[in-house]
Amino acid sequence: MSTTLNQTWFMTQRQLTAILRQPAYLVITLIQPVIWLFLFGSLFRKVVELPGFGTGSYLDYLVPGVVVMSAVSSNMWAGMGTLEEIERGTLNRFLTTPVSRAALMNANVVQQGISTAIQSVVIVLLGKIGGADYPGGIGGLLILVVASIVLGTVFGACSNALGMLVRQRESIIGINSFLLLPLTFLSSAFMAPALMPSWMRHVADFNPINWALVAGRSAMSADPDWGDVLSRGGALLALGVAAVWLSTLSFRSYQKSV
Amino acid sequence: MTPSAPAVQARDLTKTYPGGVRALDGMEITVAAGTVFGLLGPNGAGKSTTVKILTTLARPDSGTAVVAGHDALRHPDRVRRAIGVVAQRSGADPVATGRENLLLQGRLYGLRGAGLARRVDELLERFDLAEAGGRQVKTYSGGMQRRLDVALGLVHRPQVLFLDEPTTGLDPEARTAMWEEIGRLAGDEGLTILLTTHYLEEADRLAERIAIVDRGRVVAEGTPDELKGELHGDAVHVELREAPDAVDGTLIRTALGEFAGVREVALDGRRLSARADDGPAAVPHVLAALERQGAAVASVTVARPSLDDVYLRYAGRRFAEADAAPGGAEPVPAPVPASTSGGAR
Repeated sequence: MSTTLNQTWFMTQRQLTAILRQPAYLVITLIQPVIWLFLFGSLFRKVVELPGFGTGSYLDYLVPGVVVMSAVSSNMWAGMGTLEEIERGTLNRFLTTPVSRAALMNANVVQQGISTAIQSVVIVLLGKIGGADYPGGIGGLLILVVASIVLGTVFGACSNALGMLVRQRESIIGINSFLLLPLTFLSSAFMAPALMPSWMRHVADFNPINWALVAGRSAMSADPDWGDVLSRGGALLALGVAAVWLSTLSFRSYQKSV
Repeated sequence: MTPSAPAVQARDLTKTYPGGVRALDGMEITVAAGTVFGLLGPNGAGKSTTVKILTTLARPDSGTAVVAGHDALRHPDRVRRAIGVVAQRSGADPVATGRENLLLQGRLYGLRGAGLARRVDELLERFDLAEAGGRQVKTYSGGMQRRLDVALGLVHRPQVLFLDEPTTGLDPEARTAMWEEIGRLAGDEGLTILLTTHYLEEADRLAERIAIVDRGRVVAEGTPDELKGELHGDAVHVELREAPDAVDGTLIRTALGEFAGVREVALDGRRLSARADDGPAAVPHVLAALERQGAAVASVTVARPSLDDVYLRYAGRRFAEADAAPGGAEPVPAPVPASTSGGAR
């Protein structure tokens, strides 16, 4: 067990170092949320004046939306990295060593979790600088970050599974560009549910992106509805476990196809 | 593992990939401990699939594989600790430095601390990468990357080292350097090397024993000299000034075939080839016979049999036909169409 933990850390470290050494990638993943934050923030500033929106400052409302959307958009590319490792022969090199197979899988999840956490914290801080108010305090923010990590795990694991099964960049690119915006707009990321058309609201109830938003926003409010937090958070966690299980299965199927 | 036990033993391996491609069809190899064994064959012959099974990456449909005394199918984890693998594709992390790659590889085998650091320094030094050790691997030349790959396979001092096409894609200079390196490795105490290659010259030069692989099984096995010796004699190649017509061609072939010790006479355009027990002694007779038939000779060469000839004999086709890859520095005779090389098999 301690070997698996050690090895998970070695493999995670390797992935984190690789990210840090690609400054372009780092800058893009951090600049994109900034653009969303300030572009959407300025564009929709007056939207809060609509009767029934329920918040006084759109930036307050937007921060969790951008945190969650960024978690999805950065994790859904995880499969590209996996694909590259397969093509380069790196994965096979590791598979001929005694490294624990669990460590190889875990490292992906841990690395993605750490990256998502950092990205989320940066967005929250940028929001604060821009004047956002977080009445739920640190506890609420923590739940938002955890929810975005779990949501990121869902998309990261699915992307990895796709990369291992389909082994085509085009498929990942196609599915990602197809999913990101519709899934984001079919949630309360940018618009209060009360003002969404009723069919969209119903669809959003089944959208994991919305689960993360409901859990995060509720926890961040002055008066959290813990029932909402627990039910959406629990559903998200269950989905995360299922997605990781799916990617483990796809890993086995990859090993069979070698 | 007792010293007399083979380091690698594969029995009756079969594997069919999805889509019905039969990669292995009764593959059998036995590699004695401490030797260099070459699997020689064209692309798609089943060499890499064999290596993948022996290195625990893939599982066969049937058959057994024992590596370093452990069953590769039942105890892959034990085999992994005993082997080093240099795969066809590099596998080194291009963003990490050479040293970082080696350190991580060592950690995966449980090496730690000062012992690991010493081992990594030693390998960087040995493979002439000491200066480049702190640079990202993506800045390395092809030869440097390949040397790092070999170093990665050796970090934990394995008993058996697998080298899957170690010089494919290298320029001639880097290839020669890699050959020298592999030659030195072979001298390492107790290290067994299983090498796959589609370069005839590479197998001839590096391996003590060679198995010729074609369509998923071994078609011939022995030392390079044994394999060449089985051809009984030298190749005599004659280039005529003009291609004889069909009637003359038949007369020439019949005339040469009458000499004792001359066999497998084949004529392709202006190119005449035959096999002779004693090549130099046969040349005057061959020339005289040709003169009697009125065929003017442009050149004559006598060659000891090459592995290419061995391959032709066992796989039923020229190596260059089965594999369009370059055959190394050794000139490969032009392909002889099967219709005119009736005696070649």
